[in-house]
Amino acid sequence: MVKVRALGILAMAAALVCSGVSNPVQAAAVEQMQDRIHFLVPGGAGGGWDGGARGVGEALVKSGLLGNASFENMSGGGGGKAMVYMIDNARSNHGTLMINSTPMIIRGLTGEVKQTFRDMTPVASMLGDYAALVVHKTSPMNTFQDFLAAYKANPTKVAVGGGSVPGGMDHLVASLVLEAAGLDPLSVKYIPYDAGGTAMAALLSGEIQALSTGFSEAIEMAKAEEVKILGVTAKNRLSEYPGQPTFAEQGADMEFVNWRGFFAVPGLPEAELAEYEKILTAVLETPAWEEVRARNGWTTIHHTGADFVQFLEAQENELRELMTELGFL
Amino acid sequence: MLEGILIGLSTAFSGFNLALVAAGCLIGTLIGMLPGLGPMSIIAIMIPIAITIGDPASALILLAGVYYGAIFGGSTSSILINAPGVASTVATSFDGYPLARSGHAGKALTVAAIASFAGGTIGAILLMIFAPMLSTVALLFHSAEYFALMVLGLSAVAAFGGKGNVAKALLMTLLGLIMATVGEAALFNAARFTGGLMDLQSGFGFITLAMAMFALPEALFLVLDPGRSSRSDTGGSKIGKLRISAAEGREIAPVIGRQSLQGFLIGVLPGAGATIASFLGYAVERNLATKEEQEMFGKGSLKGLAAPEAANNAACSGSFVPLLTLGIPGSGTTAILLGALLSLNVSPGPRLMIDEPDIFWSVIISMYLGNLILLLLNLPLIPYIAKLLAIPRNYLIPFILFFTLMGSYIGQNNPTELLILVGLGIAATAFRLADYPLAPLLIGFILGRMLEDNFARAMQIYDGPSFLWERPMTIGLLVLAVLLIFLPSYRQWRAQVKIKKAQERYDR
Repeated sequence: MVKVRALGILAMAAALVCSGVSNPVQAAAVEQMQDRIHFLVPGGAGGGWDGGARGVGEALVKSGLLGNASFENMSGGGGGKAMVYMIDNARSNHGTLMINSTPMIIRGLTGEVKQTFRDMTPVASMLGDYAALVVHKTSPMNTFQDFLAAYKANPTKVAVGGGSVPGGMDHLVASLVLEAAGLDPLSVKYIPYDAGGTAMAALLSGEIQALSTGFSEAIEMAKAEEVKILGVTAKNRLSEYPGQPTFAEQGADMEFVNWRGFFAVPGLPEAELAEYEKILTAVLETPAWEEVRARNGWTTIHHTGADFVQFLEAQENELRELMTELGFL
Repeated sequence: MLEGILIGLSTAFSGFNLALVAAGCLIGTLIGMLPGLGPMSIIAIMIPIAITIGDPASALILLAGVYYGAIFGGSTSSILINAPGVASTVATSFDGYPLARSGHAGKALTVAAIASFAGGTIGAILLMIFAPMLSTVALLFHSAEYFALMVLGLSAVAAFGGKGNVAKALLMTLLGLIMATVGEAALFNAARFTGGLMDLQSGFGFITLAMAMFALPEALFLVLDPGRSSRSDTGGSKIGKLRISAAEGREIAPVIGRQSLQGFLIGVLPGAGATIASFLGYAVERNLATKEEQEMFGKGSLKGLAAPEAANNAACSGSFVPLLTLGIPGSGTTAILLGALLSLNVSPGPRLMIDEPDIFWSVIISMYLGNLILLLLNLPLIPYIAKLLAIPRNYLIPFILFFTLMGSYIGQNNPTELLILVGLGIAATAFRLADYPLAPLLIGFILGRMLEDNFARAMQIYDGPSFLWERPMTIGLLVLAVLLIFLPSYRQWRAQVKIKKAQERYDR
């Protein structure tokens, strides 16, 4: 009796964990392009990678372009475990897409993860988030120029926090901005926190003077009038938030985007790669994508094939230069 | 405010929402009982379902039910099979499992259910009355204070230092602290002490370590000492009475009251959370107890079980303060909830209570409801759940083994994790054979990372250790930690002196 119940619970849990999305309801007008795609998430449930893969999968299925999407979480080694799995089992995993993002480039550069995007088949970037520099609502700083003035006066008095390790994304973004403004990024007093949430709490409590964080997090706090955004790392003002100034227009000519994109196994045949590129491009035109994108506050950052590889190489070069200068490489 | 509460009441008490909170509690409890699946993964799994509901208030009510259910379910596996699936229920197993082993499983589960209910309810009441004011409390602590708080938390290991085991307990704490340094720290961009193993890059997994320390040795002991199961050490298969006596009620009531308040306040701090609250609750209650009661801690004390259970549930309510009033997630679980809220077009923050009072208040009121339904659901179920122990141990242990292995594999899908689990499990068994307590290791491990991070952060911000004497609250907490550690030995010393004097008088 107890055994049966235990097995029942187990089956239920298993069903929930492995549940895919399959929803034929909206499949009226659009023609199905692929039967199924298996999404491999290199991190745990509930993280950024997980949300990205599940969101894209949902949009694909709801739009009717894809019959069935399944998801698998495989964490370990900062995403390295999943990459090794894809490489080792390349022949049996043509139907698998792995999600990854900017930290893939950073960890590849530091050697933390031995594999880089060159060991995989880059398919497409789908979405992204710009970064932002924010201060507390009561801060005397109102613009990026105020921040620069304070920093020039005494950089140790302007502690900048972030939700990543020194040399991680939030630190690199702050350094990129300062460098673009013509200042020495080496003297930035960067205080690392273990997550974006605790870093935001530190900003509100007055422990740090500024915070380097993702724009989607920053804008939520700005809407609640708890923080002021000094600048966004987009080239031009975002059409949804025309009130938020960019760094580029404030004298720091720079751009940074934390992309999220998909990778297939190495040695994927050209024809199959083309199929993936086609379906991941077609989905952008559907209302299902728009719904998922808006709900999650994502920006569409779309690159496919050779264009995606070029984009990755450009970001890698820029980050390598900066990380060498900062002494992380 | 009153109007908001009324709107919240009418929202939460609609038939549909009542059904949702009940369903959430049930699902949460059932899945939470599986070691390895904590509230974070269960909520992540439930989010797509919650979003399909569409109405933000209903979705949150469902998720809040799942959250409480999962934590309660975690306590059940801590008590019955010594396999805490969630960090915040590790302290529950310290006394809960010995109680179950000595034939009081039913009573242990009842105490856990009542303490959880009280903690959660008192937490929800405090949240309702003080939420707007508490946002300032949430921002009171800087890294310096968090460091001092972790030191205070470490004083919990004193509970395992009784009877000449002080050196052993300290040694195991140190080992835990050392193990916490493996992997990437927040302060360096390189992984430490991984031995080149990619699987250790993010450090030892908490679930893996907890399973290896507690559940796996149970199984190995059965193999090493097969006679133990038939000898049935003081009736491990008995469920015992469910009812707690009036005297026992009087014993645990003040503990539950104190720990509900303390747990709630610690939960409000974004950098602390339910795990710290449960350890601190355990430590404080042990040090406040009389000498005879202290002897019982770690061996099946009702106080030692009620304290962490009240504290962790109250802390869960508390963790909603920074989430709802500031929009800041203080823990992994609230971070996922924040994601769900944003997906439902609700932006938590200071304006939520003003702009969308129905959501704000119905969530808080659904917390009461969740706790109440959890109690009503679980009290009648306890005899059936506890029957698990009626299975002969040589059948039960393979089950524990199976769930333990599955718990550390699920959600990671990393086979190397299993090898690490077995390796650590063998080491833990060796430690137990040599009579080394394993709980201090786990406490050191859980607190170690935060201890180091906050210390190094404070050092960086203050350009040196000056925060140790410049910040009054830091000093206060550190002094409190010292007092908590030495108070029991001082009392013991005083008592011995008295006895000696009395004897001398008698001898004369």
